[in-house]
Amino acid sequence: MEKRFIYADNAATTPLSETALNAMLPWLKEGYGNPSSVYRIARESRIALENARKTVAECLGAKPTEIYFTSGGTEGDNWAIKGALARSRRKGVIISNVEHHAVLHSALAMEKFGFKVTELPVRENGIVSPDDLRAMIDEDTAIVSVMLANNEIGTIQPIAELAAIAHEHGALMHTDAVQAAGHIPIDVKELGVDILTISAHKFHGPKGVGVQYIRSGVRITNLIDGGGHERGRRSGTENVASACGLAAALKEAVDTLPERMPRLTAMRNRLIDGLLKIPYVQLTGDLDKRLPATVSVVINAVEGEGLILTLDELGVCASSGSACTSGSLDPSHVLLAIGLKHEVAHGSLRLTLPDDIDEDGVDYIIWAVATAAERLRAMSPVWDSSAGRPM
Amino acid sequence: MLYSDKVMDHFAHPRNVGEIPDADGVGTVGNAKCGDIMQMFLKIENDVIVDVKFKTFGCGAAVATSSMATELVKGATIEEALKLTNKAVMEALDGLPPVKVHCSVLAEQAIRAALSDYYRRQGIDPEPIVGKIEELDEHGEEEEE
Repeated sequence: MEKRFIYADNAATTPLSETALNAMLPWLKEGYGNPSSVYRIARESRIALENARKTVAECLGAKPTEIYFTSGGTEGDNWAIKGALARSRRKGVIISNVEHHAVLHSALAMEKFGFKVTELPVRENGIVSPDDLRAMIDEDTAIVSVMLANNEIGTIQPIAELAAIAHEHGALMHTDAVQAAGHIPIDVKELGVDILTISAHKFHGPKGVGVQYIRSGVRITNLIDGGGHERGRRSGTENVASACGLAAALKEAVDTLPERMPRLTAMRNRLIDGLLKIPYVQLTGDLDKRLPATVSVVINAVEGEGLILTLDELGVCASSGSACTSGSLDPSHVLLAIGLKHEVAHGSLRLTLPDDIDEDGVDYIIWAVATAAERLRAMSPVWDSSAGRPM
Repeated sequence: MLYSDKVMDHFAHPRNVGEIPDADGVGTVGNAKCGDIMQMFLKIENDVIVDVKFKTFGCGAAVATSSMATELVKGATIEEALKLTNKAVMEALDGLPPVKVHCSVLAEQAIRAALSDYYRRQGIDPEPIVGKIEELDEHGEEEEE
């Protein structure tokens, strides 16, 4: 097979789109004015920033006054959890047990201030059950935070149902939509959430910028105080170029969704079918309630980091939730949460397809994974090569 | 995480991979739960390791340290092989990232486990010669530089 290069780690980050770059350039060059100043070049920056806000609002079904620019997903998650708890008289926070570390560690950090974290478990398919939330929520729950789509296995959670339950009990509902934005349709009204977090670099925008949607009337404590930017709720001189890049990238992603979603879903399913033909490979996460471009599997008798390095040699960029890629001896909490044993979770592989993937590209990835698995299994003491199965 | 060129070379082109069916000593260390298992096969003649092969389930560093350890003991006397330290393996690989130091410990232990097996097969208690094969603690941190 002729060697190719395929970047299949788009859940880690995406390349900046031409559209986003062009939207940014003027504000990195001559348009340097501080939006808070009063002269002409400052007014131009202010207008660009507010136009970006309007574009983002339209893409999410929100009002421009509900959109706050941040430094990205981690800030947004911290702000939602810590800000909601700090503002509330209630002491409880409920998060799913497959949240990104930005939510998980934000919640755990509040334990030392007397708040109580409860984890909502996912079922084996990686999805939480609204009934489980109903059973654990009470009048002391300040906020429920469940991600819209998971970063490791791509499963999509029933946020609207969860939000309704949270509201019945007077709790706020937050969703980390970092992996979802630009990849599935998002309407904050349909989701019924109070706070939603997104990050530009996951949908071909620049790194270091994100958006916090906070529904009108919802009050949470500020995370970053200062000169009163973003209508007093998120201080710091506005990152005009990045905000414009985010808005342009989000609009482009949302506008092309009707065409991209079915095409990428077909490519994803082709990839899943091909990978499952490799012996002792298992899909992780629900098959249908899953992001269009995300494939996650575990490969028996193969260790994740070795797999990623071998795939890199074959020209495919991918990722793994194995212990060795996480820098600890434990595999990712997400893989353990869906009930995988440690020894199985070490062989996890996540592939997140690029927009321009075609059938040949998918087939190349399948070939590369099969080749890498074969090579690693041949040197694995837990694989019986003559029988072609794990020992 | 940044691996040295030597680690990458030994991962991509591991030396002495395989099994020795009529090995004189076989040692296996590590466990699948932690994500690393190393197996060493030794062929020994007149106290000299004339052949060595390995099989490893593990990360890039686990494969590279196994590979390097086999290179270092091939052709060595048992006495020399017993002096192999994880530090020597690391140095030969131009260093390892701190979280991967435990892989080099595992490689050292795998050689010692195979030598223990060799002595056991001779009817000799290996412990006074090889020492106890220590179970790694959960993170192998005591061995860090």
